[in-house]
Amino acid sequence: MTDWLRPEEWTALRLSLLVSTTATAASLVPGLAVAYLLARGRFWGKALVDTLVHLPLILPPVVTGYLLLVWFGRRGPIGTFLADSFGIVLSFHWTGAALACAVMGFPLLVRAIRLSIEAVDIRLEQAAGTLGANRAWVFGLVTLPLILPGIIAGMILSFAKSMGEFGATITFVSNIPGETQTLPSAIYTFTQVPGGEAGAMRLTVVSVAVSMAALAASEFLARRVSRRLAA
Amino acid sequence: MRLSVEVEHRLGEFALQAAFDAPSGVTALFGRSGSGKTTLVNVIGGLLRPGRGRVVVDGVVLLDTDDGTEIPCHRRRIGYVFQEARLFPHLTVRQNLLFGRFFAPRRERGPDLPGVVDLLGIGHLLARRPAGLSGGERQRVAIGRALLSKPRLLLMDEPLASLDAARKAEILPYLERLRDEAAVPIVYVSHAMAEVARLADTLVLLEAGRVIAAGPASDLVSRLDVARAEGDEASAVLEAEVIGHDAELGVTVLSSRAGELRIPSLNLPAGARSRVRIYARDVLLAVDPPGRISAMNVLPGTVSTIEELPDGSMMLQLDCGDARLLSRITRGSLRALGLRPGSPAYAVVKAAALADRLPAI
Repeated sequence: MTDWLRPEEWTALRLSLLVSTTATAASLVPGLAVAYLLARGRFWGKALVDTLVHLPLILPPVVTGYLLLVWFGRRGPIGTFLADSFGIVLSFHWTGAALACAVMGFPLLVRAIRLSIEAVDIRLEQAAGTLGANRAWVFGLVTLPLILPGIIAGMILSFAKSMGEFGATITFVSNIPGETQTLPSAIYTFTQVPGGEAGAMRLTVVSVAVSMAALAASEFLARRVSRRLAA
Repeated sequence: MRLSVEVEHRLGEFALQAAFDAPSGVTALFGRSGSGKTTLVNVIGGLLRPGRGRVVVDGVVLLDTDDGTEIPCHRRRIGYVFQEARLFPHLTVRQNLLFGRFFAPRRERGPDLPGVVDLLGIGHLLARRPAGLSGGERQRVAIGRALLSKPRLLLMDEPLASLDAARKAEILPYLERLRDEAAVPIVYVSHAMAEVARLADTLVLLEAGRVIAAGPASDLVSRLDVARAEGDEASAVLEAEVIGHDAELGVTVLSSRAGELRIPSLNLPAGARSRVRIYARDVLLAVDPPGRISAMNVLPGTVSTIEELPDGSMMLQLDCGDARLLSRITRGSLRALGLRPGSPAYAVVKAAALADRLPAI
C-alpha cells in the first residue's frame, strides 16, 4: 500500500495534511469573529479591517510570505516576542507553514462566513430575543446553526487553499524536507532535479485526489445541513 | 393586569405620539397601515427604543427614558407573535415550541406543552419542520411558542394579515379560545375591523401616529370617528344573548341592549352569547313605525349625531336603548326625512343582513 509513494513523499503528504488542518482549525474562531464583525458591526475603520482581511488575496503570495518573515521571523518584532515569552518559534518550522497557510486562507474563510451571516434573517434573531434568549444564546441557538453551511464552505476553501499554498510558505519557512516541505514544495523540488518527473506526477495525482475528497466532503456536509433546514 | 404605554418617537416625516392604558383581556390597536401600530408594539416588546417613552406592565417599569430604565427585550417576558410566523427553520415544531420555555423562570406559572398543543390543535405537527407547514399552521405554532415562554403580556402584530380568508377563518377560533382560556392579556394589532370586533375587549384607535379614541370595544366600534377610519366597513357590534328559536319562521331571537334582534336560524342553545355586527350600510331609517315590511328588525331610537363622510354620504348615529347603531344614508334621504340630532327614528334591518353574525363567544 505504501509502495507507490516514496517515504519522503509520504512525509510531504502527511505534513501538508497537518499544516492545512492546523491552519484551518486555528483560523476558524478568529474568522468567525471577524466575519460577524464585518457583517453586523458598525464601527469606525470597518473599511480598513475589510481591506486588511482581503489583502492576502490581492498581494503576491511572495510579498505576504516576506512580510511574515519580517514580522514573525527570529529577528522580527512579533517573532522575537513569541520566542522569548512562549518559546514558540515559527520561522523554518512547520507551525510557520501553518501560519502562512492560515493567513492566505483567511480571506476565503471570512468571506464565506460573512456572506452566510448577512443572509440570516435578523427577524428570526429578534424573535429569539422576545422568547428570552440573550445575545449569546441567540448566536448559539439561532445564528450559528443557520450559518453552518457557510462555515463548512469557508473551512473547505481555507483547507484547499492551504493544501495548495506555495509562495508565502516557501518565502517564510523555506523548503525543508520533513519540516516545511509541503506537497507543492515537494512537487516544485522534483521539477528542479533531473529525472524528477515521475515523483512530480505521483504527488500531483495525490494533490488532485485530496482536493477532490475535500470538495466531496463539503458537498456531502452542506447537503446534509441544508436538507435539515428545508425538510 | 394593567398596561400603560406612553411613546414619543420620530421617524423621518412620521411622528408617533401616543399614550394609552389597557386593562386585562384583549386590547386592539386599530388603524390604517402607517398609523404607528407596529412601532408602538415594538416599543412595548423592547425591539425599538423610542425617543421618549414609558412602558409599565403590572407596576413593573419596563422602559422609562426619563430616568434611564430600560429592561432589554429578552428580560421583559413579553411574548410576540409576528405577522410572519418567524419560526426557526432548523428546529422541529416541538423544539420551536419549547425554545422560550428554556429561558422562562421555572417557578413562574404558565401553560404547559400538552395544554398549549391541545388549545391550538397542533399535536400532529410536533415532529415536523416549519418548512413543511401551511401558513395557518405556522402561525398557530408561533402563538404556542410565545405562550410557552410564560409571557406576562402577549403582543400580536397582525397575526392574520399574511393569510388568505380561509386560513384566517381557521385561526380565529383558536384566538378566541386563547382569549377565553389562557389567562394572558393580549395586545392585538390589526387594520381589519372584523377581527377587532370579534376579539377585542378594549379598542385603541390610531391615526397618523396619534390615539384618536380609546375605550371598551363594544362602545367604540360604533363611534363615528371609528366608523370614519374604516369607511365602508362602518358597523356597530352588539353583545347579544340567544333567547329562543322559531323554527317555523326560520329565525333565532336574541336580546341585545338595542332591543330584540331576529336573525336567520342559528345552531346555538338558548342562553348562548354571541356578537352581532350591524353594518351602517344595512340600516334603513324611518321616521314613523313602518307598516307591512319584510324587514324583521325595527328598533326605535334617537338620532344623536350626524356627520358627513368624505364621499358626501351621511353617517348617522342612533341611540337605541343604551346601544349605538350606525346608519349610512344619502344627503337626499336625510333632507327628505328632516332628521336632526334629537329626532326620534326607527332603525330597520333585514334579518338576512345579520346572517354574517359573529360566532359564539
